[in-house]
Amino acid sequence: MSETPAIEAVGLIKNYGKTKALAGFDLVVPQGTVYGLLGPNGAGKTTAVRVFATLLRPDGGRAQVLGLDVDKQAAQVRRAIGLTGQYAALDEYLSGRANLVMIGQLSRLTLAAAKRRADELLERFDLTEAANRAVKTYSGGMRRRLDLSASLIGQPTVLFLDEPTTGLDPNARAMMWEIVRGLAADGTTVLLTTQYLEEADQLAARIAVIDDGRVIAEGTSDELKSSVGGELLEISLAPGQDLQAAIIALKPYAAGDVKQQDESSLSLPVAPTDGLTTQVVRALDGAGVLVNDVTIHRASLDDVFFSLTGHPTEEGSDAA
Amino acid sequence: MTAITADLIPERDLTHGRNPTLLFLTDVWVLLKRAIARIRNEPETLMDVTIMPVIFILMFTYVFGGAIGLPGGGSYHEYLIGGMLGMGLAQTAPGVAVALVTDMSTGLMDRFRSLPMSRWAVLIARSIAELLTQMISTVIVVCLGLAIGWRVHTNVGDVALALALVLLFGYAFAWAGILLGMVLRSPEAAQQLGFVLFLPLTFVSSAFVPTQGMPGWLQPVANWNPMSAIAAACRHLFGNPNPASMVHAWPMEHPELAVVAWSVGMLLVFAPLAVRKYRRKVAG
Repeated sequence: MSETPAIEAVGLIKNYGKTKALAGFDLVVPQGTVYGLLGPNGAGKTTAVRVFATLLRPDGGRAQVLGLDVDKQAAQVRRAIGLTGQYAALDEYLSGRANLVMIGQLSRLTLAAAKRRADELLERFDLTEAANRAVKTYSGGMRRRLDLSASLIGQPTVLFLDEPTTGLDPNARAMMWEIVRGLAADGTTVLLTTQYLEEADQLAARIAVIDDGRVIAEGTSDELKSSVGGELLEISLAPGQDLQAAIIALKPYAAGDVKQQDESSLSLPVAPTDGLTTQVVRALDGAGVLVNDVTIHRASLDDVFFSLTGHPTEEGSDAA
Repeated sequence: MTAITADLIPERDLTHGRNPTLLFLTDVWVLLKRAIARIRNEPETLMDVTIMPVIFILMFTYVFGGAIGLPGGGSYHEYLIGGMLGMGLAQTAPGVAVALVTDMSTGLMDRFRSLPMSRWAVLIARSIAELLTQMISTVIVVCLGLAIGWRVHTNVGDVALALALVLLFGYAFAWAGILLGMVLRSPEAAQQLGFVLFLPLTFVSSAFVPTQGMPGWLQPVANWNPMSAIAAACRHLFGNPNPASMVHAWPMEHPELAVVAWSVGMLLVFAPLAVRKYRRKVAG
């Protein structure tokens, strides 16, 4: 058992017409970990999750959950998984408890077990007071918690969370993070998709960065950050400056490649040290380059992306 | 087989090993309970099948009725109810489409599909829920009919046959609604297309006015309209005025057979198409 990965994908392909949502997608998620799929809209994260959750049939390649083929053994896979999508998939007009009991029974629990589990989950996710109210009266955070409860009622071994905090306020997001940590502590394998580096950083033991339907980098949060250096220095030069001279002057301070963002700005990953900005400005001044602005910011998804792909993240069409 | 979950959930709490037919029926029952709870929590969602027939009956009885002459004579009050039963059924089709499209757009359908439940239970339960809605609509039409002076002039057997035909016809219409729900993408579109499709279907029929008064080119359309068949069958079986019996068109000469033929035909066309569309969505 322990050698079987929770999720394994080999060369997955999924096309929507001419759009390649998945273009040779490879992934191995060990059991009992929180694994993050990080990427912009339309990168293929949701498509990948839908294939693993048996909702989409891949056009090529293969995918397994706990060693079971998601296509040929879909019925067995469904007994082992839970899915929480981007929208709260609930019946608005039923109470929170009625929703959970319904999903519980459809997850092949007996009525008595479904009721008992529903009450446990309502208690655990702080929804007991609202349990008998129609879901349409719930706040966004409450819906997400109920939605998560619904995907947990069948005691899944593998849980898919597709952008679980998109659209939530900071408080609700923090609460969601706590819940995911709790699940991981219980030994549930969680595959989490997110657009936020911070979220993946907070929750996931390992992260795969997705772009154009492929995994373009994989590793722990620290490993990925070190590839862009942890902090990023952005330098705006006065118009018409010698960019090559600036790049040569910046090289000694860069923890990775110095990249040109446009005609007059450069970025470089740096290891944070005291007096760094002073040194960089002096070095540029020494190279005869006029500096308009220097900013330091922590590595973000955009930076990881820019660093890995050489192109910025785009708010593209979501190939869900 | 059970190794995946056995360590997490005790076997006695699971229904996996049970008879597949029993599991299927349980799924249908669970989803049906959902539809019933919805009606109980929000009775106003039934407005289109409860209030609409009332408005139509009152309007046609007291506003238009006096101006509508029946070939062969007879009371318009008694004439109307057969047509209203048919209209009550057609009214439910857009509702079923809206319900399905809503489940698709909220992701609830995806959730169902990721569960180890029976896939067909979703559509079957929806069709049965519609049948229940149609029964409510039928009861309302019958009660209001009795209140405005509609009477049955035949025996229990004929009335039972009429109600059985109404429900068969209604069930076939439910599948038309399910097919619409599979094809359309937004609840608004389902609502509007339902209106655009089903209102003309009801009006270009003998539901409210005898087809004899329609222009010659329209009469065959109206006479072959399934709504005319159910209206004529009900009128015939209730012993109500039925001017359609004088029309020389096969469905009007054999309205009960025509209802069965239309219902079976619609079921044979709409149900497999709906199932195919559903399957395609399931397969992605």
